Amino acid sequence: MSNQETITSLSAADLSAKLKAKELSAVEVTTAFLDRIDSVDPTYGAFLAVDREKAIAEAEKAQSLLDSGDAGPLTGVPVAIKDNISTTGIETTCASKILKGYVPPFDATVVSMLKAQGAVILGKTNLDEFAMGSSTETSAYKLTRNPWDTTRTPGGSSGGSAAAVAGNLAPLSLGSDTGGSIRLPASLCGIVGFKPTYGRCSRYGLIAFGSSLDQIGPFGKNVEDAAILAAATTGHDAMDSTSIQSPGIDLSGLKEGSLKGMKLALPVEMFGDSGDPKVAALIQDALDRLRAAGATVTEVSIEEIKYGVTTYYIIAPAEASSNLARFDGIRYGARQESKGHIGLVEKTRGEGFGHEVKARIMIGTYALSAGYYDAFYTKAQQVRAHMREKFLQTFQEFDFVVSPTSPVTAFKLGEFDADPLAMKLLDYCTIPANMIGAPAISLNVGYSDGLPVGLQLMGAPMADEALLAAAYAVEREFADVQHTPQLL
Amino acid sequence: MSISLDEVRHVAKLARLELDESEVLSFQAELNALLGHFSDIASLNMGGAEGQSHAVSHVNAWAEDLVGPMLPRDAALKNAPVSKAGLFIVPMIIEE
Repeated sequence: MSNQETITSLSAADLSAKLKAKELSAVEVTTAFLDRIDSVDPTYGAFLAVDREKAIAEAEKAQSLLDSGDAGPLTGVPVAIKDNISTTGIETTCASKILKGYVPPFDATVVSMLKAQGAVILGKTNLDEFAMGSSTETSAYKLTRNPWDTTRTPGGSSGGSAAAVAGNLAPLSLGSDTGGSIRLPASLCGIVGFKPTYGRCSRYGLIAFGSSLDQIGPFGKNVEDAAILAAATTGHDAMDSTSIQSPGIDLSGLKEGSLKGMKLALPVEMFGDSGDPKVAALIQDALDRLRAAGATVTEVSIEEIKYGVTTYYIIAPAEASSNLARFDGIRYGARQESKGHIGLVEKTRGEGFGHEVKARIMIGTYALSAGYYDAFYTKAQQVRAHMREKFLQTFQEFDFVVSPTSPVTAFKLGEFDADPLAMKLLDYCTIPANMIGAPAISLNVGYSDGLPVGLQLMGAPMADEALLAAAYAVEREFADVQHTPQLL
Repeated sequence: MSISLDEVRHVAKLARLELDESEVLSFQAELNALLGHFSDIASLNMGGAEGQSHAVSHVNAWAEDLVGPMLPRDAALKNAPVSKAGLFIVPMIIEE
């Protein structure tokens, strides 16, 4: 194994330990990842932008922090950032033509927090255009391939961030999750993806899709890595008025969780007949293992889950149709000249947005238009309120809700081209956490036909620490099934 | 429930999206497919239940009324497709 292979296969926690012990230098680590990106990312397609000079300069700065003994858990550790999160001086496109050439004049709060701790920003990762999709295929720029099988998608919308970690192109990455966009690709790529409680991680600088649902969160090779990045990027931020007045995620009890006596609820609506029976069988086996380790798994019914996807496809596009109004060709991004002001705006948007983004803007505009607002938008908000109520009741009786993350494993690129609605319907296990603002995590519990299968654990709002500790305990139980793909 | 081609054009106008005719046809089909699902919840009887617009309710998230760091003008204008004399340039709105 070459030195580059060794470095890029290490977990973030191990890299940090070796950096602090002076076994590795920060520049050596960053260079190893940059070189690997150069050699294999033409195949994986995880990154939209990599700024080698900037990354090396940040690594040099991190090294001086390490030398002065002033290092934190991420000092000198490279992190890849989803390209809908603003980075000063690095093009941020949301994988859309309408933002081609846009270079943010400010950092998202999560990015400034990472920089302040000496983390190295490796580059920007591919996504579905404006995070709208479940396969990263709606990106205007490139396809991202799943490192487990390069004919398959990594999932989405944070597919580039997931493929980067699974393919050893970055030890850690940040994604965003509006209806499952962190957890789904984590599941399909066999890694850990965590969506914190809504409001624990600042959204300042995250280019908005559905503001009441969006949340930034980490990907890691294991629960500990994801938890370290979550701790480093959470906490109250005055720049985000929906930020919760609470400190960042506390990792002191991470390794103290136990499966003994853990009460898990399994909503029957998340474990139906609509998925791949092999995935269902594998999840059933995983639940039996949790039972054998001392947890109880009880079937419950939360009827509102059945309406989750529909509710989501009203609320998220409604919010998107309003949020994306800012892309008008006046202040930033591409501009197409046409007749008059309105003509310019219409042409700019018509040419700049891809099909899926236009479709969602159309859906949202329709759902909010006169005559339909009450039938759709108001009704969706009522269903959302009921769903939250039912889940909160469930969390009074149970510690966590457990389910598959996705009813299927990684699907082929282009598999849903003929029926995009069928892909949208796959998100029924992940959407509820966004609807109710709860934290949720996906971790790998096995393989079906050689492709990873993720288990989702969801906690009560603000139970992020307990959820991470539970996931850590589950991961330990499944230590024997953790593999890395055969990488390029 | 279904949406007509004219309604698709009207919604596109509201959304300020220039669509060509093939897009109008394709969005009609896509919107109609989704509307079939929307009717699942449109027919639910929720009584007078209060809706929820946000995952977490915040009341009066005020910031202190202090002047903080601000984006310098040239940084704010840097990404503008057209700017002049420190201003964003827009097409003429009121005709001569």
